[in-house]
Amino acid sequence: MERLTFWQKLYLPEILRGLAVTTRHFFANLLGQRHTVTQQYPEQPTRVSPRYRGRHRLMRKEDGSPRCTACMLCATACPALCIHIEAAEHEDPTVEKYPAVFTIDELRCVFCGLCVEACPCDAIRMDTGVFALAAYKREHFLYPRNLLLGDEEPRHIAEGRAPLD
Amino acid sequence: MAKKLTIDGKEILARDDATIIEAAHEAGIVIPHYCYHPKLSIAGNCRMCLVEIEGRPKLEISCNTRVADDMVVYTQSPRVIEGRRGVLEFLLINHPLDCPICDQAGECGLQDYYMQYGLYHSRFLEAKVHKRKVVDLGPDIVFDAERCILCTRCVRFCQEITKTNELGLFYRGDTVEIDTFPGKRLDNKYAGNTVDICPVGALTSKDFRFKIRVWFLQETKSICPGCARGCNIFIHHHDGRVYRLKPRRNDAVNDTWICDAGRFGYKAINEQRLLHPMQRQGEAWQRVSWAQALAQVSETLQRHAGAVALLVAPQGTNEDCYLLARLAREVLSAPQVVLYPGEPGDEDDLLLRADKNPNTRGAQDMGLPPPVSTAQLASLVAAVEQGQVRVLYAIDVNLQQAFGADTLARLAGHLDCLVFQGANTLPGWEQAHVALPSCTYAERDGTFTNFQGRVQRLNAAFRPRGEALPAWQIYQRLANALGQSWDYPSAEAILADIATRVPAYAGLSYAKIGDLGCLVGTTP
Repeated sequence: MERLTFWQKLYLPEILRGLAVTTRHFFANLLGQRHTVTQQYPEQPTRVSPRYRGRHRLMRKEDGSPRCTACMLCATACPALCIHIEAAEHEDPTVEKYPAVFTIDELRCVFCGLCVEACPCDAIRMDTGVFALAAYKREHFLYPRNLLLGDEEPRHIAEGRAPLD
Repeated sequence: MAKKLTIDGKEILARDDATIIEAAHEAGIVIPHYCYHPKLSIAGNCRMCLVEIEGRPKLEISCNTRVADDMVVYTQSPRVIEGRRGVLEFLLINHPLDCPICDQAGECGLQDYYMQYGLYHSRFLEAKVHKRKVVDLGPDIVFDAERCILCTRCVRFCQEITKTNELGLFYRGDTVEIDTFPGKRLDNKYAGNTVDICPVGALTSKDFRFKIRVWFLQETKSICPGCARGCNIFIHHHDGRVYRLKPRRNDAVNDTWICDAGRFGYKAINEQRLLHPMQRQGEAWQRVSWAQALAQVSETLQRHAGAVALLVAPQGTNEDCYLLARLAREVLSAPQVVLYPGEPGDEDDLLLRADKNPNTRGAQDMGLPPPVSTAQLASLVAAVEQGQVRVLYAIDVNLQQAFGADTLARLAGHLDCLVFQGANTLPGWEQAHVALPSCTYAERDGTFTNFQGRVQRLNAAFRPRGEALPAWQIYQRLANALGQSWDYPSAEAILADIATRVPAYAGLSYAKIGDLGCLVGTTP
């Protein structure tokens, strides 16, 4: 361990130096917010990196139908077993198979992204940047197909500010 | 005389008329193949089973080359592997990239061999030939012409095994397609086997389609309880639910086939189950504990000793029947025991047997009386009506079929107690006063003896659903409630007992029965 110098042993000068830093930031923040490191979450939205793995979403084909073919590779790759798919026969023989039920249990999900990597059709993505998934009921964490497709609003408490109903 | 040849450096003795692929498979050397099937004629059209034979200039197909003395065969040489790769590339030229929506994915010959021998990048620049998809061929069969590699296994199956000739090849060149002949449907009693033998996803089963991906399934060896044949099957299940049955090869019983009636028999494991012991209070059923239900049954049996009849369908295993016979002989005072196999069904000379019970022969071997017809049940009806029988204990019996709805209602009125024991809510069960749930063949160990006298094993695939118990455990608990002290820990222990008491079954054990069963003589 390095030995303290006499000046450091005096203690008070170092305290004053620290206070000087604090004071500098205080006035800087008071006059302009250029140096602020604190984010005012949830009042101000936070920024996440483009590669951030947020809440899942299901993609659509050009005609608007889900891209997912219910091949279940995501459910197979999922280490948390949180994806539940029920496939059904599509009336169009060129489509053949589609997911009648596609539910993700966001409470079980560990946000590892393996489902996104496993998908051969780019049907599932985690690029929404949504990470605030608080809700009041467990059932609200079961995200059904229409929610994942964006047809339905999630029932989580948006940005932590929704009042209790 | 046997032929002596060398395959991959291994000296092999093969049958005189064996082909190389048969000799290799018998020696445990697997040669990739699509069109070859051990129970069908040789077609030799897929070219996948190429092998190199010393002294012959070209690669030869092993499915159609007979063995010869001093033949030296290589199945893994660089030339062979290169040849297989080429064949696979041809087979895949027009094959669609359907794997995500194809039911065969996970058990597909094309996928498996591509991963083993293919692994090339596609060099095909032309447009793929498109053919018909989702073609309805029969009540349970869907056909996809694009996925088909034209191995003709299904065509040969319908020609040679069922002899119904529904399928044929139509058109020529790269537009050739398999289809049914005009006016025909693929609806024979064994049609489901075409799905099993299809090495790719061209033929799929409507019943199984899209229900689950095959890699989630677990496999348990079992015996089909659909008729006296006792076809060997695999139960494919996931999470306590059966998704399909597949035939298991046993040349002495069912070759590699099962009938469609047996194939769809699995539904009784999933549906219409009796899951809890129940007592009837007036019109309503009330769920009770096993202790309560057995207390009531044993109390009734004791109170009406001498006026008890057991009506048994030969659906139980040998272990069940043995304990039931002991119960009747040693515990209950001379009950009337009636073995009722139900109405006979259709029979043919392939697999189907008229007796729709898996264990009529074994039940008699275990000491139950010979089976009676529906007409012969009249004496039982008379005994009930005259008050000689006050308690009827029906086991796995379709009571409505046995007596008819009106007679059954009348009987239930006459009886002091009608006990129904079964895995399913068979028609007429609701007339009973007490219902005891037994578990299905998928949930238990045991043995069936088929009509040939072959003892074959059931294996428990998963835990019994609800509170269901194997029937032998119900009999054991009942006997113990009536003052006995039986303590068989497992079905295997009962078979060990059977092996010492029943002469024809002497020396049998689960290990000896194995996967393919064991032929026994008749009990003298």
